[in-house]
Order: sequence, then structure tokens, then C-alpha cells
Amino acid sequence: METIRLVYPVEGGDLIEAGEASSKMKLTLKKLGLPQDVIRRASICMYEGEINMVIHADGGQAEVEVEPEQIVIRMADTGPGIPDVEQAMQEGYSTAGSTARELGFGAGMGLPNMKRYSDEMIIDTEVGKGTTVTIKIKIPQ
Amino acid sequence: MTVQELISALELKVFHLAQPERLVTGGYVGDLLSWVMGRAGQDSAWLTIMSNQNVAAVALMADVACVILTEGVQPDADLLRRAEEKEVNLLGIGADTFAAACQLGQVLSVPQ
Repeated sequence: METIRLVYPVEGGDLIEAGEASSKMKLTLKKLGLPQDVIRRASICMYEGEINMVIHADGGQAEVEVEPEQIVIRMADTGPGIPDVEQAMQEGYSTAGSTARELGFGAGMGLPNMKRYSDEMIIDTEVGKGTTVTIKIKIPQ
Repeated sequence: MTVQELISALELKVFHLAQPERLVTGGYVGDLLSWVMGRAGQDSAWLTIMSNQNVAAVALMADVACVILTEGVQPDADLLRRAEEKEVNLLGIGADTFAAACQLGQVLSVPQ
């Protein structure tokens, strides 16, 4: 299988509409016949990333590369950046506002969930410039 | 047991049934969506009182077998539409969440 590259814009603003990019990716991964567990882990990571981009950064872009041995998801935004990554990685820590919380988000589990379900996670962030989170998920051979 | 069998066993209300033959192997209770995504097992029945449309997306991503809205909660129109679009099994029960979880545990024979 050759590397397949997918690009999904993530629109900012409306949290209630979030999840379109993740839903589309999930459908594509299913069509590619990837293992169910790999699809599930990739979908959760992507959805959490999408929610983060909507809540904190007014959207962004997700690039997904399906390689023979792994899936690489790169979620990039031009939002405010993360001042303290270690703090942001703690379960339960959140800077999300009341609207997000009323909808059931903002539990401080987004980044920890992405770490939990990925094989590798890299956060590249600069305050005032934006954040890129790269997730790698291995495909069992 | 299948979702269809679970509907009969617990006399669940059906809001949308896309995959009646899907297997249910466990349960999860929670309303914080990221918590659900982090902890709910694949093929679980997810009990919640959240009824906004993000519930359909979370059910799809977490790959749960069905959503059961407890306490007689009705899905809002957008959730119903999303459940149809995403082929999510969306069910309901009048019982409170604790009673519903107990009933689910009994029919699935989950060790207490």
C-alpha cells in the first residue's frame, strides 16, 4: 500500500458542529480496511484534536497520512499556543470556557486521551503563534 | 447479546436503530464526553443524560454499540439527525441512570 494523504479543514467557532473531519477520516480508514482498533484510536485522537482546535484556536487543519506501517495525524492551528505543556497534559486541567463545559467538553481529558490512544505524540507549540500536535499510530502487521 | 436483544430485555425506547445486530459486550456511564472517549470500551452500551448532537460524534469515535439516554431524556432534534447520519444506535430508558446500569449489568451478566 502506498502512502495516502488526506487533508481536512477544521472550522472554528461552532463546537456543536465539531467532528466532521473526524467522521470523514473514520469513513475513509474503514474503506481502506484498516484494523478496527487502529481506526478507533485514530478517530478518538482526531476528534479530541478537532475539539481542541475549535475551543482554543478558531479551527485549523488536520493532515492524515496513512503509511503502510503507521497513521500520522498532524493537527495544526494558529491559535494562542500552550504556555505550559506539562500542565496541559495533566488529566483534569482545562482552560475551556463555560459553553464548552455545558456541552460536556472541557474535562481536561483531550490531550491525555490523545496520548493514551497514540503510540507517539509530539506537541510543537509557541505562545501567540499556534500549536501543531502530531500523533502516530502503528498499524499491526 | 445484540442491541436488538438488549432493546427487548430492557424495554428500551428506540430513537434510531441503525445496527440492530451489533454486539453489546459491556457498559459505560458518563456525561463528560472526553471522559467517555478515554474510558468507554469498544462495543459498550453508553448510558448518559447528555442529549446534544456531540453525543453522536462521540459514540461514533469511541465505537460504542449504542447510546442509552437515561432518566427519560429525549434527544434534541440535532442529535437525532446526527444519529441517523452517523448510523448510531440511539435508545432511551425512563429509569434513572443507576437503575438502568443495574439492569444492564444483570442482562449482560457482568460480575457485580
